[in-house]
Amino acid sequence: MSDVLITIDGKQYTATEGEYVLGVARRNDIFIPALCYVTNCSPTLACRLCLVDIDGKRAYSCNARAKEGMNVITKTEEIEKERRAIMEIYDINHPLECGVCDQSGECELQNYTLHMGVDSQHHCIADTHRPTKQWGKIHYDASLCIVCERCVTVCKDMIGESALKTVPRGGAELDKTWKDKTEKDAYAMWNKLQKSIIGIASGAETLDCTQCGECTAVCPVGALVGSDFQYTSNAWELKKIPAANPHSSDCSLLYYDVKHTSTSNPEPKIYRVNSDHNYAPLHAAARYGFDFQNEVTCKDETAFARVVELLQTNVDTIVFDSYITNEEALILQKLKEKFGFKLVNEDAKAYQNFLKHFASTAGSNLYSGDLKSVSESNFVVSFGTAIKTDSPNAGYAMNNAIGMNKGAGLYFHPVADPIVSAYSKNLLSITHKIGAEEAIAYLLLDLFGDKETMPKSVVDYLTSFHTIEKKTIQESVKEDIKEMVKDEESGEEKEVVKTITKMVDKEIEVDTNALIELIGAEADLVEKITKLLDKKDSFSLIAGEDLFNHPRAENIAKLLGLIERFTAFKLLIIPSRTNTLGVSLICDLDDAKGNFSLGYNVKGDFTLSALGKGDLDMPALNQQEGTFTSMNKRVVPTNAALPFKGYCLNDIANAVGLEAEWTIDYTPYLPSEKGFKAEKFDHLPNRFENDGTENRGYALELQTFTCKDEVEPISSFTCKEGDVVYRANPVHQFSAFTNKAHQLSEAGALYASTAFLEAKSLHDGAVVTVENEAGAKLVIAVKEEKMIDGLIAYLPTFDTKIDTAPFFKEGYRFAHVVIKGVEHV
Amino acid sequence: MELKDFKQRNISPGYIFFEGEKAPETGWQAFQKVVKRTLKGELFVGLWIVFREMIRFDIHTIQYPAQKMEMSPRYRAIHRLLRLFESGSERCIGCGLCEKICISNCIRMDTHIDEKSRKVVSEYSINFGRCIFCGYCAEVCPELAIVHGVEYENASEQRAHFGLKADMLTPLDTFRANEQKEFPGFGALSDNADEAVKQTPLAY
Ligand code: SF4
Ligand code: SF4
Ligand code: SF4
Ligand code: SF4
Ligand code: FES
Repeated sequence: MSDVLITIDGKQYTATEGEYVLGVARRNDIFIPALCYVTNCSPTLACRLCLVDIDGKRAYSCNARAKEGMNVITKTEEIEKERRAIMEIYDINHPLECGVCDQSGECELQNYTLHMGVDSQHHCIADTHRPTKQWGKIHYDASLCIVCERCVTVCKDMIGESALKTVPRGGAELDKTWKDKTEKDAYAMWNKLQKSIIGIASGAETLDCTQCGECTAVCPVGALVGSDFQYTSNAWELKKIPAANPHSSDCSLLYYDVKHTSTSNPEPKIYRVNSDHNYAPLHAAARYGFDFQNEVTCKDETAFARVVELLQTNVDTIVFDSYITNEEALILQKLKEKFGFKLVNEDAKAYQNFLKHFASTAGSNLYSGDLKSVSESNFVVSFGTAIKTDSPNAGYAMNNAIGMNKGAGLYFHPVADPIVSAYSKNLLSITHKIGAEEAIAYLLLDLFGDKETMPKSVVDYLTSFHTIEKKTIQESVKEDIKEMVKDEESGEEKEVVKTITKMVDKEIEVDTNALIELIGAEADLVEKITKLLDKKDSFSLIAGEDLFNHPRAENIAKLLGLIERFTAFKLLIIPSRTNTLGVSLICDLDDAKGNFSLGYNVKGDFTLSALGKGDLDMPALNQQEGTFTSMNKRVVPTNAALPFKGYCLNDIANAVGLEAEWTIDYTPYLPSEKGFKAEKFDHLPNRFENDGTENRGYALELQTFTCKDEVEPISSFTCKEGDVVYRANPVHQFSAFTNKAHQLSEAGALYASTAFLEAKSLHDGAVVTVENEAGAKLVIAVKEEKMIDGLIAYLPTFDTKIDTAPFFKEGYRFAHVVIKGVEHV
Repeated sequence: MELKDFKQRNISPGYIFFEGEKAPETGWQAFQKVVKRTLKGELFVGLWIVFREMIRFDIHTIQYPAQKMEMSPRYRAIHRLLRLFESGSERCIGCGLCEKICISNCIRMDTHIDEKSRKVVSEYSINFGRCIFCGYCAEVCPELAIVHGVEYENASEQRAHFGLKADMLTPLDTFRANEQKEFPGFGALSDNADEAVKQTPLAY
């Protein structure tokens, strides 16, 4: 796509050819009113407010594409009249309940009504009773809905679920006499508005989607709001505290909306989480899992003194997880340097090793892609991750890419996922054998690698999988034959050409790729992929947590390195926890624990806990300022929404001899040799620019080095007979922190598909025992999970009451177990 | 009126300008002034007026506390929360405008959704230690729910007295006895309000 020059209101701007005019205007800070358009989604032309004049003709800037020399005028008298009329139509029968409405103060209907100067109403039509709906965490008030269809659009184009659609309103028919009395576009909009409201696509009573809540974020009016927030506070009373998603590694920008708890309690409370929906979506856990703070009333001096003493005497190991900030990770590293503690963090260690091996063949310490490159590509492959629950935002980017860029994609996973499969008909879901990821990596190299430049040994190895056989098939060919036909009337003979279809035998070469069988996919996989690849030119590959502790992790990482170097794929290797990437870069991690461990959010001989379950309380991530390293390879700031009255890690570090007034004093000292910059915390920006640039913190600098190309062949991986469980959390859950939030709190279970329940003749709520050969045993309820398919059930990690760790001793996410139903007495 | 009219500071004719007494310039002038003031007996002018009024027995003072003064409706004392005349329900809808406009930031309210899906104001408080009785809250209130009362006896041993919803809301028995008065003061509708309203067409 080339750059073109277009004129907007007399000034010239450069644009990419084919870009929407509205986008160009916004990028250059030119205001064009628009109600229905959601950035990065398809235009619906519901509101018609974005009407502009392009080369003398009326056009809608949200779907007009930039062309060389185009002349755009955003405001003429005629356009302004039209826009005013549109707003007047929107105001017909709109309930006068701004006084109680949750959107009041940030309502786009209010804003545009005032902006267009609507001070009187000339239209009327009989109103229809439109009852409100309670859809789980979401409340829909149809009488407030202006049918802009943003919710429908975002759900389809961004989230990928198409859970909403417009349904008939059953309202009064629009009298034709209005046609002459109303502006053209306003009338057309009215006509449409009068016919529909929003309903659930599947026809179910309540929303049967993942309840991400993005539809409530995009709704310009108060029609879709969070049920929990409804009527608890006026928007303008809430103080917005910019932060980063603390639950998963997308670390998306979010705002904690904070206000005093009640008239009698001045302590701050988080009322809801908000986002800049035009730039990045939020998943359900980020949106609803905000009140996981650790409340303490005072500093526990005895416990503090005990830690300090232990650190100076017994402690030889610190065990921790990756739900910490970069600064805390640096404090731990400094403690290690000073006292020689071992630092143990299993998850970050696995990721660190994986990246190390990846770097050895990729020639760069980090992968090249990010969420943006995924959503800008048009061929997305995901493997080694249950994307819907591991990293919903990566899933959204994938869906967005396939939907908006006429793209296609592949989703490899042993657990079939109906939600992901439904992203698009151009997404091929491949339910493969457990452990086949190594073969998949080779397959990707084989299909997409540049054989000219790839190491010869690899090319030879790949060739060894191919067997070319000659096969005879019957093919239909079309043949033209000439025939003489006699015209009956005139008696003349004429020559007529006829086409007939004949079957002929043909010998063809069939290339069988043995990798396909290793993966366990259908034989026509390559053929299907080739079809999907038509007209695709930018590629991204998402890889995830299944790989980090895979028995063949090292080799898979090296293969990914080769894919990065020798294919057109941009890689995104999703860090498994919020700050896994940060910890793996900052800390020098050890494998084994010593004799006495201090646990930080992990059980140790003495435990520091932000969950409030340890020996000394620590602040939770919504009570801390600091930075995270996101999967976009960015160091992004987060702020404290709530105060913490106890001690934090920095206090402990100071007591044993480190010196820093605040935790964030460490921000400029994050290791520069790993790509961090010497930037002070207070100088870090945290916002999106008008053109959608993520101006948050800074991007890590990538290091390049010369690489080795040693990879191993596929090692045979046999799967034992019997039941397999997968380690994963249900949608909404990531860790014990999400489960602490009042809107998300639930009891863990063994999550099994309907097919699994049928095969085992179990039912939802039945109790089973899960056992493995090593003697681990768990008695657990089964929960029917409609969002997976197939015979692999999954065990969660978010519920601290259920210890699932013994089943996954080696860290690999698939484990062999025996599942038996428990008879009720 | 345009902005420039507001900025116009020239005073219209009809004002009497008072230049004030000339300040003494020399020591002699200052001495003269002191002597003049001392001997003029201005004190007795005042005393005479008091004495005259006293012997007339036509006293303007009221016998407080036996007698109490009737305040003007525009007097702004401790607030009241009113009920709807038709139903007796609380008028306040919890729109929060008073909370927003309050210049001393002393209004707070707790709202939530009730079983009938309505927004209810479960608590409403004004911190009278900070309220400056400006009347903005009454003026902004779209429901005429928060208004100023006329009681001026507000002594109490507790700072929090008067300021809770229960203190300000018209008690039900007062309401039933028809004793809730409409508020004619700050923020009330003007007499010609109907004329100022633009009619919206109706389809019924
Ligand atoms: S619910 Fe909101 S976002 Fe959806 S169509 Fe109605 S107004 Fe638009
Ligand atoms: S909650 Fe999310 S998935 Fe469900 S309808 Fe709304 S946008 Fe779609
Ligand atoms: S009178 Fe003024 S200061 Fe007092 S509560 Fe009302 S707005 Fe606030
Ligand atoms: S302005 Fe009136 S209706 Fe609104 S919250 Fe205040 S008292 Fe209630
Ligand atoms: S924004 Fe273009 S039609 Fe609504």
